[in-house]
Amino acid sequence: MAEQPAIDPMHQFLVQKIWQGPVFEIGGITFDMSITNSVASMIAGAVILMAFFALTARGQIVPNRGQAFAEAIYGIVDKLLVSSIIGPAGRPYIPYLFTLFLVILVLNLMGVVLAIGNLAGLSLTFTVTSQLAVTATLAVLTFFSVLILGFIKHGPKFLSLFWVPGMGVAGGIAMVPIEMISFFVRPMTLAMRLFGNMLGGHVVLSLFGSFVVALGIVGLSGGLASLAFVPAALSFTMIVGLTGLELVVAILQAFVFTALATVYLNEVVNFGHGH
Amino acid sequence: MGAEAAKLIGAGLATSGMIGAGVGLGSLFGNYLQAAIRNPSAAASQQPMLFLGMALTETMGLFAFVVSLLILFVF
Repeated sequence: MAEQPAIDPMHQFLVQKIWQGPVFEIGGITFDMSITNSVASMIAGAVILMAFFALTARGQIVPNRGQAFAEAIYGIVDKLLVSSIIGPAGRPYIPYLFTLFLVILVLNLMGVVLAIGNLAGLSLTFTVTSQLAVTATLAVLTFFSVLILGFIKHGPKFLSLFWVPGMGVAGGIAMVPIEMISFFVRPMTLAMRLFGNMLGGHVVLSLFGSFVVALGIVGLSGGLASLAFVPAALSFTMIVGLTGLELVVAILQAFVFTALATVYLNEVVNFGHGH
Repeated sequence: MGAEAAKLIGAGLATSGMIGAGVGLGSLFGNYLQAAIRNPSAAASQQPMLFLGMALTETMGLFAFVVSLLILFVF
């Protein structure tokens, strides 16, 4: 059994150095400027996004195919989220939310679409959004934008966010710690949701991929053992189905992250009414 | 029972928190479908809310998943 390939679904999430860059120290903090597979994927994502903007941001009255596609994506953030959740007051925040949506969407989709390379044994591909550090950065960015915007727009009155009206004095005081916990847990849940969905999906894909290889090797020994090709084929069918599911999840999670950011922004923009 | 075995069993048990998330998601989509069949014209406008509810429910299951990963790889 020793020569069988080890089933190691977590290997794809290892950050590995591709190119060793200069290492220097500023104020006791070491900066390593190496290009890792994570950095390379992020650069690729940035290039894809910039190419997307360069190709589709035209502003013609009769849009061509690319512009229509871009406007459809913009419509998701504008009409489905900002206009229906926040209303017209939310328009100034569309650029941030649209950027957030596109970045997560592109990085998620790169992870799924290029994961086919992982199945073929190439370790070129890497899902950036399956790193907790990346999703936590996006979540903390969103959380602090909302927090700072709240204090800029409403000043100390913003603290009344933690006060639940209509519960009396004693009830209101009892609810303050609970409301505070549910407020400060937001960046954690935002980060965990994206991270967990991406990690979970890719682990399952990788597991079924290793089943195909392991069972295929058993089946190759001939005789009765060739029956192992049946579960191998079933596993392969599962991979095809699950890849489709992962594509949906990748788009849905980008949507959900943006939708929650919109809901959090809504509490700040429409502060005081409807709370 | 060795510490390694206890760790693996604990990680497996930690995933049982996903039962709740499964029940929650089932009830969420079940109720949405019921409402959507009763009033199909109002269904599309509530889809963002459906996905929001899905995201919040799913988080509970993901917490269980993360706890199980923590047990497996951190301790």
